[in-house]
Amino acid sequence: MILNDFSRRTFIKLSGVAAAGLGLSACGNSGSASSGSTESAGGAAASGDTFKVGGIGPVTGPAAIYGSATKYGAQVAVDEVNAAGKIKLELNWQDDEHDAEKSVNAYNNLKDWGMQILVGTTTTTPCVAVSTESNADRIFELTPSASSVNVLGGEDIGADNPRKDNVFQMCFTDPNQGTASAQYISQQKLGTNIAIIYNNADAYSTGIYQKFVDEAGALGLKIVSTTTFTDDQTDFSVQVGEAKKNKADLVFLPIYYTPASLILSEAKKQDYAPKFFGVDGMDGILDLEGFDKSLAEGVMLLTPFVATATDEATQSFDEAYKKASGADANPNQFAADAYDCVKAIAKAIEEAKIEPSMATPDMCDALIKQFTDASFSYEGLTGKSSWSTTGEVTKTPKGMVIENGIYMPLDKEETK
Amino acid sequence: MGFLSNLINGISLGSVYAIIALGYTMVYGIAKMLNFAHGDVIMVGGYLCFIGMSSLGLPTVVAVLLSIVGCTCLGIVVERLAYKPLREAPSLAVLITAIGVSYFLQNSALLIWGADPKVFKSIVDLPSISLFDGQLVIGPINLVTALTCLVIMVCLTLFTSRTKMGKAMRACSEDKGAAQLMGINVNTTISMVFAIGSGLAAIAGVLLCSTYPTLMPTTGALPGIKAFTAAVIGGIGSIPGAALGGVLLGIIEIFAKAYIGTQLADAIVFGVLIVMLLIRPAGLLGKEIHEKV
Amino acid sequence: MEQLKKMSASTRSTIITYGMVIVLFAVMQALSSAKVISSSTTGLLVPITAYVCLSISLNLVVGISGELSLGHAGFMSVGAFTGIVVASMLADTITLGWARLLVSMLIGGMFAGLAGFLVGVPVMRLHGDYLAIVTLAFGEIIKNLLNNLYVGFDAKGLHLSMKSAQALGMEGGKIIINGPQGAVGISKLSTFLFGFLLVLFTLTVVLNLINSRTGRAIMAVRDNRIAAESVGINTTKYRLIAFVVSAALAGMAGVLYGLNFSSIVPKKFDFNTSILILVFVVLGGMGNIRGGIIAAIVLTILPEKLRFIGDFRMLMYAIVLISVMLVTNNKTFQTKLGMLRERIRRRKDPDLDLVASRAGGDGNE
Repeated sequence: MILNDFSRRTFIKLSGVAAAGLGLSACGNSGSASSGSTESAGGAAASGDTFKVGGIGPVTGPAAIYGSATKYGAQVAVDEVNAAGKIKLELNWQDDEHDAEKSVNAYNNLKDWGMQILVGTTTTTPCVAVSTESNADRIFELTPSASSVNVLGGEDIGADNPRKDNVFQMCFTDPNQGTASAQYISQQKLGTNIAIIYNNADAYSTGIYQKFVDEAGALGLKIVSTTTFTDDQTDFSVQVGEAKKNKADLVFLPIYYTPASLILSEAKKQDYAPKFFGVDGMDGILDLEGFDKSLAEGVMLLTPFVATATDEATQSFDEAYKKASGADANPNQFAADAYDCVKAIAKAIEEAKIEPSMATPDMCDALIKQFTDASFSYEGLTGKSSWSTTGEVTKTPKGMVIENGIYMPLDKEETK
Repeated sequence: MGFLSNLINGISLGSVYAIIALGYTMVYGIAKMLNFAHGDVIMVGGYLCFIGMSSLGLPTVVAVLLSIVGCTCLGIVVERLAYKPLREAPSLAVLITAIGVSYFLQNSALLIWGADPKVFKSIVDLPSISLFDGQLVIGPINLVTALTCLVIMVCLTLFTSRTKMGKAMRACSEDKGAAQLMGINVNTTISMVFAIGSGLAAIAGVLLCSTYPTLMPTTGALPGIKAFTAAVIGGIGSIPGAALGGVLLGIIEIFAKAYIGTQLADAIVFGVLIVMLLIRPAGLLGKEIHEKV
Repeated sequence: MEQLKKMSASTRSTIITYGMVIVLFAVMQALSSAKVISSSTTGLLVPITAYVCLSISLNLVVGISGELSLGHAGFMSVGAFTGIVVASMLADTITLGWARLLVSMLIGGMFAGLAGFLVGVPVMRLHGDYLAIVTLAFGEIIKNLLNNLYVGFDAKGLHLSMKSAQALGMEGGKIIINGPQGAVGISKLSTFLFGFLLVLFTLTVVLNLINSRTGRAIMAVRDNRIAAESVGINTTKYRLIAFVVSAALAGMAGVLYGLNFSSIVPKKFDFNTSILILVFVVLGGMGNIRGGIIAAIVLTILPEKLRFIGDFRMLMYAIVLISVMLVTNNKTFQTKLGMLRERIRRRKDPDLDLVASRAGGDGNE
C-alpha cells in the first residue's frame, strides 16, 4: 500500500476554490428562491397562474427504471392538463437515486424552487423520509408507487410514526396486495402447494410476503417452500429448484418483473412448469426488450393497469408516453400510476377551486379535504380510485392472465 | 440428485466468475491495480453483443466478435486516458480513478441504452439436456460457459509462459524496474494487459448475460465484486488460481443457498472468503511473498 | 502572527484545521439562522457533518495506519441502527432531545467499536490488498445480517429475531427495526450544532492520537512494519487500536446520520457508501485530515449543485472525479503547476531562492 506523498496541496487549493465557489452559489441561490429548476424554462416567471408540481424518483442508479417511468408518466399528464387549458401545471422532476438522503436533498431543492404539490416519491424507502419532511412543511403529497404503509404513517408503525395526513397513495398498499393475492388464490382454487420466492432486501417484496403468509395460513393454503434473493442477484437455480423439489403447483412471486423474468427463464431451463402468480410489480414483463413472451404464458397477476388494453385513454397514453420517453417501450404500471396522480390532483384542484396563488399550507389543507371527501373519486388508467383518511387508495385490482403474449381477464372478478 | 444439480449450477455460476476473475487477476498481476471498472466493461460487452444481435441483426458469432473488439478498444482507450497518466501515482489514486471510470461507464450506459432492462437472448440456442427422468437438467449454456472458461485458462497460461509478450508480462509483474532494464517496454506491456483483460470481460459479459438473461447498466457491478473475491481466494495474480477461485466461489454460493438458506447466502460466501484468507493469507495458489527488510 | 510562525508545523496545522472547522460552522450557522441560505443547503448541513466525521475516522485507518479499509460503511450502520434502537427505547425515559442523542451516540459508538474489535482481530493478520478485500467482505456480511435483523420493543423489554417480525412475539409495543424495511418513524434528533460538536470531538480524538506516543507508533508501523517490529513495537496492537477507534468514531457518525432521517434501511450502508468515504480520504490526501474534511464537504455538495444539468449529473460527477485524480497525481501536470507557482512567488519576492518544486508521490510498495 502506498501512503506517501500525495501532492495534496494542489487538491486542497483547488477544492478550496471550488468550495468557495459552491458556497457563494449556495448563497446566491437563496436570494431568489427560484433558480435550480431543471425542466422548464422560465421557472419563476410563470408562478402567477401556474401550479408548481414537484416530482421525485430515481432516474439514475439501479432503480432508474421505476423513476424514469413515473417521470415520463407524470409529464404526459401535465402536458394533457395544460393542453386542456383549465389549469396550468409546471412539473420539475428531481433524481433521488433511490436513497433517503438524496431524496430529502431533492425535496429541499424542489422547495427552493417553490414547489406547491409533490408527486412522489417513486420508491418506498426514500418516500418515508420525504413524507415526514413534507408533513412538517405542509406540502400535499401523492405518491404513485411507494406502496408501504410506512409511507402514510399510522398508530402501529415504526418507533414514532404517526399518520402523516398530507400523504396519499395511488397504488395499493403492500399488505393489501398480500392479502388480496392469498384470497384470490384460495377463492379461485389456483393451487394447493405454494412456493414463494421473494426479495428479502426489498421493503415492497417483504411487505407483501409477510401479509400473504398470514392470510394464506388463515385460509388454509399450504406453503411448501419459501426462498429469498437479494438485489442484483441473477442466479435463481436454487430457488426454482427448491420449489420444484417440493412439488409446488403454484409459485407466488411478490417481486418486480426484472427478477421475475429470470425466474421464468430458469424454470424453463429446469423443465418446471407450475402456475406463476404475481402482483402489480410483475406488470411490465411483456415489455422487456428481447423478452421471450412464451415464457410468460399462463402467468397470473393482480394489477390495476394493463398497457395493452384497448380503451381510448390507455391507447392515447401509450402513444404520448412513447413520445415523451423517446423509447419504444410500453408504459408500465408505474407510469400509469404517476399519470393518474397528476390527473387526480388536477381534478381535485378543479373541483375544490384551488388557486395557484394560495399559500402552500392552505393548498395542502384544501387538497386533503378534497381527497378525503366522500364524494371525491377519480377514474383513470388504473381504475376508479377514492381515498380514505388513512391515505390508502380504494380501487379494484384486476386478476389477469397472460395468454398469447397479452393480458386476458381472469374469470370471476374478485372485489376486495 | 439435488446435490448433483446444485453442483452443476455451482460450476456454471463459478465459471462465469472465473472468466471475470481471470481478467481481474491479469490486470492486478501486472499493473498492480484493483480495476473496479472491470465489472462495467462486462456490462458494456453484454450491451454490444445485444445490439449486434437484436438491433443490427448480426449472426451470433459476429455479434460476439463485435463485442470483444469493442471492449478491447474501450479497454485501450480507458487505459490510455485514465490510467496511463497515473503510472507513477500511488495505487490508491489509481483505485479511485478506476471507481470514477466505473461510474462513468454505468452512467453512460444509462444515457445511451436507458434504464429499462434488456432481455438477452442466449448465444447457444439448444434445448436443455434432461437426465434421469428430468430430475437432472443441464442447460447447454452451462456447458459452453464451463468449457470456455477452461479454454481461456489454458490459453492464458500458455500465452504467459510461451510467448515473448507473455514473458514480458511476467517480467513486469515480478519487477518493473528490472524488466525495463532488460529492454521490455513496460508501458506497452501494461496497455496490452488491459486490452486482453477487456477482451476477456466482453466474453464474460456475453456468457453472463446468456446464463442470466437480463441486462442493465448495473449488471456488471455485483459479479465484478464477487469475481474480485474469487481472484483473491485463488491467489490474486495467479491464472489457475483465479479459475479455481471462481469455480469454488460459485459452488459455495449455490451450496450455501441450497443447504443453509437463501437469506444469509451472501454472508456465508464472504465468511468463507475470510476464513480461507486467514488460513492461507496469499490465497489458494498465490505465492507467499516474504518481506525484505 | 509571530507566535503562529514559531510553533511547530504540526501544531500550526492542527490550529488551522480547528480554526477552519469553527469558522465554517460559525458562518453556516449565522447564514442559516438569518435564513439567507436555501433549504437545500440547510438540509445538507447534518449529512455533511456526518460525512466529515466519517472522512476523519477513515483517515485514521487509511492515511495514518496505512490499511486500505473497504468496509467503513459497515461500522457506520452498526452505529446507526444501535443508536436508533437506543433512542427509541429511551423515548419516554429521556425527554431531552440532545441528551437522548448523546446517550444513543455513546452506545452506538461503543457497539461499532466492539464490531471493529471483532472484525479487527482477524483482519489485522493480513496486509495490503488482502486486508482490503476482507474488510469489504465484513462490510457485506454486516449488511446481510442487518437485512435479517428484527428488533422490537414492548413493555417486557427488547425482542430480537433473525427470522421475521412475527417471530418477535411482541405484545403491543413497536417494531423498531423491520429487517430489510429498516427503521421507520425515527425521531429526528440530529442537529447541525450537534453534528459540529461531533466533528470537533472526532478531530480532537484523532489529532491527539496522531500526536501521541501511540500515534507515532502507528505511523512507524505504516512506514516500515519490519523496522517498527524490530524496535519492539507490537505492530498488531497499534494497528488494531487505530482500527477500533476509527470504527467507534464511524459508529457515532452513523448515529448522527441515522437520526437525521425518519427512515433508514441497511441497504444504504453498502459497498458504494464505503467507497464514497474512501474517495473523500484519497481526494483530500491520505493522512491529511484537513484535506479529507474539505473533500467530504465539496463532494457532498457537488452532486446537489449539478442538479441543473439533469440526466447528465452523475456522468459529470464521474468526469470531475477522474479529472481531479488525474490533475492532482499526474507528474507532468504537477511539474508545470510547480513551475507556475515558482514564477508567481519569484515575482512577489525576487530574493527568494529557487526552491526545488515538490515531486509527486513515488510509487514504492
